[in-house]
Amino acid sequence: MTLLLQYTLIFASVLMLVALGGCFAEHSGVINLGLEGIMVIGALGGALVMRYMPAGTSALVMVLAVMVGAIGFGVIYASLLGVACINFKADQTIVGTALNMLGTAGATVLVKAINTAANPNDVSSVIQYVGPKKAFLVNIGGFEFNWFMLIAVIALVIAYVVLYKTKFGLRLMACGEHPQAADSVGINVYKMRWCGVLISGVYGGLGGICYILAGVSEWKFENGVAGFGFLALAVMIFGQWRPTRIALAALLFGLFRALSNVYMGFDFLYSLNIPSTVYNMMPYIVSLVVLAFTSKSSRAPKAEGIPYDKGQR
Amino acid sequence: MAETQYAIEMLNITKKFPGIIANDNITLQLKKGEIHALLGENGAGKSTLMSVLFGLYQPEEGVIKKNGQVVSIKDPNDANDLGIGMVHQHFKLVECFTVLDNIIMGVEPTKHGFLQKKEAREKVLALSEKYGLQVDPDALIEDITVGMQQRTEILKMLYRDNEILIFDEPTAVLTPQEIEELMQIMKNLAAEGKSILFISHKLAEIMAVADRCSVLRKGKYIGTVETKNTTMEELSAMMVGRNVNFHVEKKPSTPGDVVLDVKGMTVASKVHKNNAVKNVSLQVRRGEIVCIAGIDGNGQTEFVYGLTGLEPLVSGSIALCGQDITHASIRKRSTSGMSHIPEDRHKHGLVLDYTLEDNMVLQRYFEPEFTSKAGFLKRGPIREYAEKLIEQYDVRSGQGPVTIARSMSGGNQQKAIVAREIDKDPELLVAVQPTRGLDVGAIEYIHKQLVAQRDAGKAVLLVSLELDEVMDVPDRILVMYEGEIVGELDPKKTTQEELGLYMAGAKRDEVSP
Repeated sequence: MTLLLQYTLIFASVLMLVALGGCFAEHSGVINLGLEGIMVIGALGGALVMRYMPAGTSALVMVLAVMVGAIGFGVIYASLLGVACINFKADQTIVGTALNMLGTAGATVLVKAINTAANPNDVSSVIQYVGPKKAFLVNIGGFEFNWFMLIAVIALVIAYVVLYKTKFGLRLMACGEHPQAADSVGINVYKMRWCGVLISGVYGGLGGICYILAGVSEWKFENGVAGFGFLALAVMIFGQWRPTRIALAALLFGLFRALSNVYMGFDFLYSLNIPSTVYNMMPYIVSLVVLAFTSKSSRAPKAEGIPYDKGQR
Repeated sequence: MAETQYAIEMLNITKKFPGIIANDNITLQLKKGEIHALLGENGAGKSTLMSVLFGLYQPEEGVIKKNGQVVSIKDPNDANDLGIGMVHQHFKLVECFTVLDNIIMGVEPTKHGFLQKKEAREKVLALSEKYGLQVDPDALIEDITVGMQQRTEILKMLYRDNEILIFDEPTAVLTPQEIEELMQIMKNLAAEGKSILFISHKLAEIMAVADRCSVLRKGKYIGTVETKNTTMEELSAMMVGRNVNFHVEKKPSTPGDVVLDVKGMTVASKVHKNNAVKNVSLQVRRGEIVCIAGIDGNGQTEFVYGLTGLEPLVSGSIALCGQDITHASIRKRSTSGMSHIPEDRHKHGLVLDYTLEDNMVLQRYFEPEFTSKAGFLKRGPIREYAEKLIEQYDVRSGQGPVTIARSMSGGNQQKAIVAREIDKDPELLVAVQPTRGLDVGAIEYIHKQLVAQRDAGKAVLLVSLELDEVMDVPDRILVMYEGEIVGELDPKKTTQEELGLYMAGAKRDEVSP
């Protein structure tokens, strides 16, 4: 049971972080389909920090450094989306898809090159972080607390306050709903959209490193992040682009994802004798079903996906 | 600085675009506390002039003065800083925000970075009281009436302490009663010392509310007159350059057999869960023009979609000349004798990136006249047919049949559609807002075509939002309110006021089809 709670919370944290990232981008009017790619690159940033930090680094420094690495990589990668979609008015769906393909492939190439340089016989795309990972974990009576759970909660509070209590949030959402209206009252739509995209890079990068720290102690970058970026998009849509609802949706999806890790611990589930692949499929099937029923009534920001052109009014 | 009586002056403004002089030496002087109308047809240069005032365009020549001082306006923020505000024809409101959020957006009061909505609300309520602008600050824009949305736009300007208020075609979307309210509000604002620039092509409104009126025609400044010293006829002659016949000349109608018979039509809405069209029954006969009137968004669009096959019906039936076409395809409806001049000419009327000739055979390209047995288009006959229509309907374009439709003016695009739809010799002509966005000359032309179709024994169903058109063109008016037909009126016997009451849902009859 503790294990189920632990996994649910950590996977929910991942989904929440990434979904909130998507939420910021979409509220500004940019559809960020590239979250998957941003997660991979963010994870790569964090993993590289863990690989190169000296062994004796204190836990706090390690946690902060890894976060900075993940955020930095995530933001730089997200800025590709910004340049293409905001400045050059490219099709957001295509750019997002391209970012996803480039993310996994680029990370794989880079890690393989690093590994081979260190040891010519090593052609794997794996980074190990058994030691540094400990910095993130606190054992509380069998429950493995991960600092990212707290970070996710803080990120949620920040997202809520920024979107609904500040003028930045008001302006950001106006740009996603009716950019001409925003422009007519002197708001710089391009700037706000850039902010939305970069914030999604911050959140996406954090989500990426959080994901690869969730269960394992090494990561094979060929695997990408197994569709978690898309799952996060499902969470965002199910959560109706609102932080609080996104948090609840993330918990639900996190629960299903956690079940596939720990169902063997439950006699009842184990005795059903369902193949483990079924449990592995669960979060994805749930997202299909949930979206099939809810997406009809969903209220996406109205102007999302449409490049803003000042000349058109 | 010498006291000047002018709040804003635009002196000798010239703005050129490649191939056209949009504003040719135009002077506009707005006195403090006056309501000044800017009159002109579409394409006369009103929008360009306002864009210059808002810093969206930089003029080649001329200066702008505020209170006698020359100012430079480089972008809309400069205009804002100078106290110039505008209610756009298409409101610039965020639908899922509250009224209050929309008003403060861009000039939000904050403390330590957090929004301070309480004091903003007090200021808004005070302004709303002072000028008689009833709004509910916490209502979402999508839930409130168009009239309240417009009041929100006005409050947006007042909240910014704007002194110069520009209203761009503000009455297009309002009922007659709301128009009256707006006129009163504008007078109140002027009495409080605000200077108002009122852009319109509706002469009656200008005569009713404005102190002075400046007229533009084809980019040139024609003159400024005091409304109390002029007449509507004089203004319209200034605007068009010739005398215009406002009234559509037509003989009394002689209705014949029923052509269109709609029974109990119900169509679902795309935006909300209720049906957009509820159990509507109506008939249109040969030799009559029936007009569906109503304020925008009361189900007219969905009714036409259901009728023409763009949307499926929830229930009900449609018969055309006795033949059931309820489930017929759009092509079948068209070949059975239904022609459709669509509401949105860009979306449903033309393929904008096709040539004019291809657009003109869109409804007929599959006929043996234009397609060979092997399935190839016969380019020769298509060209000849297009040239015939261009000639006959006086469609003007740069390169004739091979002009790309996108590059044509709105009036000529509409003429091309009218030509295509009328020339296929329909039994029923469905014309949805056929004169939207057209200038007086083109409107006159299209009205004549509708009457000519009627006189040729066709049935004409007109859907219109323009009150003048509703009163002038049809033989019978059906008023649609919230998806239902709430009244049938005889245009010769009714008044605009009565029509307005029906349109606003304040009055309704039981109507038998």
